[in-house]
Amino acid sequence: MINQGEATIFEKSVPQRRAIRFPATEGLPSSKDGLPAEHRRAASAALPEASELDVVRHYTRLSQLNFSIDTHFYPLGSCTMKYNPKINDQIALGPRFSKLHPLQPDETAQGILEALFRLERALCELCGMDAFTLQPSAGAQGEFVGVLVARAYHQKRGENRTEILIPDSAHGTNPASASLGALTPISVRSNARGRLDLADFKSRLSPKTALVMLTVPNTLGLFEDDILEIAEAAHRAGALLYMDGANFNALAGLVKPGDLGVDMAHLNLHKTFSTPHGGGGPGAGPLGVKKHLEDFLPVPRVVEEAGLYRLRGDFPLSVGRVRAFFGNVGVLVRAYCYLRRHSAKEFRQISESAILHANYLKALLKPAFEAFVDEPCMHECILQTDPKRMNGVRTMDVAKRLLEYGFYAPTVYFPLIVPEAMMLEPTETESKQTLDEFARAMLAIAEEARKTPERVKAAPQSLPVKRLDEVGAARNPDLSWPGRVSSS
Amino acid sequence: MFVPTTEKERQEMLRKIGVGSFDELVGSIPEKARNPAYRLPKALTEMELARHMEALGAQNRLPLSFLGGGAQEHYIPAAVWAVALRGEFATAYTPYQAEASQGTLQLIYEFQSMVCRLLEMEVANASHYDGASALAEAVNVALLDFDGRNPGRRGAVKKVIFPETLHPHYRATLKTYFHQRADVRLECLPCPDGTLAPSVLAGYVDDSTAAVAASCPNFFGLLEPAGELCRAAHARGALFIACVDPVGMGILEPPGSYGADLAVAEGIGLGIPPSFGGPSLGLVAAKRSLLRKMPGRFCGLTADRDGRRGYVLTLQAREQHIRREKSSSNVCTNQALCATAATIHMALLGPEGLREAAELCYGLSHELASALADIPGFRLKFGGASFYNEFVLQCPQDASQAQKFLLKDDILAGYPLGADYPWLKDCLLVCATETKTRADLRRLAEAARKLPVAAAR
Amino acid sequence: MFNPEICLYAKSHEWAHVDGESATAGISDHAQHEITDVVYVELPQVGRVVEQGKPCAVVESVKAAFDVYSPFSGEISEVNAELASHPEWVNQAPHGQGWFFKVRLAKPGEKENLMSFEQYREFIKTGK
Repeated sequence: MINQGEATIFEKSVPQRRAIRFPATEGLPSSKDGLPAEHRRAASAALPEASELDVVRHYTRLSQLNFSIDTHFYPLGSCTMKYNPKINDQIALGPRFSKLHPLQPDETAQGILEALFRLERALCELCGMDAFTLQPSAGAQGEFVGVLVARAYHQKRGENRTEILIPDSAHGTNPASASLGALTPISVRSNARGRLDLADFKSRLSPKTALVMLTVPNTLGLFEDDILEIAEAAHRAGALLYMDGANFNALAGLVKPGDLGVDMAHLNLHKTFSTPHGGGGPGAGPLGVKKHLEDFLPVPRVVEEAGLYRLRGDFPLSVGRVRAFFGNVGVLVRAYCYLRRHSAKEFRQISESAILHANYLKALLKPAFEAFVDEPCMHECILQTDPKRMNGVRTMDVAKRLLEYGFYAPTVYFPLIVPEAMMLEPTETESKQTLDEFARAMLAIAEEARKTPERVKAAPQSLPVKRLDEVGAARNPDLSWPGRVSSS
Repeated sequence: MFVPTTEKERQEMLRKIGVGSFDELVGSIPEKARNPAYRLPKALTEMELARHMEALGAQNRLPLSFLGGGAQEHYIPAAVWAVALRGEFATAYTPYQAEASQGTLQLIYEFQSMVCRLLEMEVANASHYDGASALAEAVNVALLDFDGRNPGRRGAVKKVIFPETLHPHYRATLKTYFHQRADVRLECLPCPDGTLAPSVLAGYVDDSTAAVAASCPNFFGLLEPAGELCRAAHARGALFIACVDPVGMGILEPPGSYGADLAVAEGIGLGIPPSFGGPSLGLVAAKRSLLRKMPGRFCGLTADRDGRRGYVLTLQAREQHIRREKSSSNVCTNQALCATAATIHMALLGPEGLREAAELCYGLSHELASALADIPGFRLKFGGASFYNEFVLQCPQDASQAQKFLLKDDILAGYPLGADYPWLKDCLLVCATETKTRADLRRLAEAARKLPVAAAR
Repeated sequence: MFNPEICLYAKSHEWAHVDGESATAGISDHAQHEITDVVYVELPQVGRVVEQGKPCAVVESVKAAFDVYSPFSGEISEVNAELASHPEWVNQAPHGQGWFFKVRLAKPGEKENLMSFEQYREFIKTGK
């Protein structure tokens, strides 16, 4: 029998208890009279029955079981867990933006359309691109749109190119998005310096290559220093160069992807442009393109015509829409707010600080944790745990022990090509004091690993739960609380 | 700027790193591309930004609105966002470290449970982007399932059938997702009567049909004969995918009860404001037999080393970060914070609250439909058909013009259908939810009475 | 039980037990050790025609997924459907209850491409 943790809301439910009530329906047509029996629900949905206080207290208590940026240092690599200014939420959720209906006529939505138009222009400027679509709901959807744009571009030129080259260090969404767009992913090796192996890359380029997809800086936290040569080779072969901009927090204000030969790039607005990550989303993954690809972008697009902002859908070469309505507009509003808070110079300071902090952290941790590539990193660094030097303590153990020191863990076991990987991204918003404290905790854990390794392997002991049975969870998935149908 | 590091600290850090200047850290960026010129506006302070956004907000009008069209407005209790916006929920990320993320994990588990109960389906994932992309993912599940069941047909063309009463944006999204697939054919069936007749569907479904997708209520607000459509699909071995209205589930038959294999829904209305279209969330639910092909994340209940109840992300080996190009979906970031709001919202409403909201939608929209149809020149386009909270109103003139005219009275009367359905140029899609009062309905009816009748064409 | 000592082995760590015109296949004891706890097995459909050395099944642990390659070409004649509810059998009895599928041999000569028990043991030790 499993002991009780925090009970579920279903266990706290009491029949007949209520929170929200709606006005009476007296005199209105009733579904009991008008709705044909075959369309009527037999038993009401078995939702919890609780008072408003029950609900508020239950979910507030749940929230307190979480680590978060607002409460803890959260160096989760590749996720850019930086501070999210509160005013952005206040504006995006204010009635003048949140209550807008997506099908309102353009002339009643000029404020939001102007904000979206200006956001597009600013993103073009930061990326050195000519046009942006704001529609993709997340980075992965941005990649998917990029794949479709590339296919449409080549097809328009009468070429049926079916392959995409992706480094073996890439995030899993890259090959998954490629497959979804019916391109065949070809993996390219990384070299000992953690960069794309140029020889391997060139040997795989062919007249079938539609797209080359690079993450810059890459998932090892390194800038692809051969990018100009990669771009030239790709273009000579007739392929396009795509930049996964998940790590744009290292580049904004420092370099424009468009100046590096990149034909298109997506950004993760929730990362670089600071929307709270919400426990897994929502984000936004706008895609920027150079002029020659603009006609293929999804519809609708925001345009300015005779002083009026409009949503236009009549672009015949467009790949179409990838979701209903315009996009994750609330996230786009937050990104616009964040953008307006910073000048170009300040963006540069942000990138520089992100890079500085990552290198500083790496230097502090060097005595105990090896860097995968020993040279300056960009905004994040990849360290390794050496179980042989640490009495069998592995990266997962270090991560769990860190939680007890009051720090969220870095991204672990990614990228897949690095054994025992830890990916640390401190971001620009953390202070030197926090980085120092974090480093002290990491070094203390390394020391523990030498003296009392069992303590590290048994972590965490002091959190709401100890290590969980993931094998049992996957073998016999329990994905919902029993009782699908109301008993009433 | 939100950088705390002082110049002194910066120098200390550079010293510790062992470099003389910052530039030594970025030597791998090609020199000629570094530090380009930017044309960006000057930075605003928080106060200036607030003023700027107020000015932009003032350019957004909020008329009395009867717009639905897949983004219906519903009341959001104050407690929803008061709790959902807590930093511990809002500023956490995907719960990779379960021990430090039990709050988000238990919440997702409760979300999955509530979605299953709402739709009477067996499994639900942790959310997708929106209703349209959720449908595209559901179709993909059906395609994979079809391939699995028909090993001898690999590569042969599979059909996906849906009626034109499916939301136009959803149809467009399906086209975008699958037009590059040589082995997939999308077939859209015309519905001159406003719904898809099961006998018509039966004429199109064959052994190469992987899925039939239909929405109930459909884009016109009408109730499709979903149970019969489902049976017509099953008769030839095709899966049935239902798109439903989550608030409507308060009174409408849930998809699980008529045997839908997959069910999807747009989450706007479950505690999520329309926000010009997003972010909201897509609900994706299915029969348990399809679990392994489902997109996105799942949270599972398990136990820790002491046997204490705890939650983890599970079935992760299906996902893109492990299976890469072989995973069934590329989704990574989802809409978790919207799922958080939806969970709190559903808990606050409970079965009775949800039923009351749906009943009000039904009652108010039917009263409005009668009042408008009584006005000379107006009629309900699909008069005899059952609807839930939205209906197609034929106007005495071009519907876009009618909409413009009523906007002068600060009323958004509905969505003109002509752009999506050229044969409905004089029709408005009108919706009333529980957010409207009878006085609101009267205001629309009175304004509509003043609408000039267009000269005969 | 398919005696490991008379099974044939692929470099990708599958075993095959030839019995007349068909062979039973699974993954080796070494492979199940490396994979750790098996949580799910995705098996081919009966009737599917597979090729030697081509992926036809998937084994999942909590944090990884591995392709399983068919040791022989031919048609899948039977699969171990019980693995759906008992993936742990792959760990507990890789040569017994944890078998994966049976394949009707289209090219019996393909066994020349596989290793004997002794050769496989050497292969694990030395990588050759």
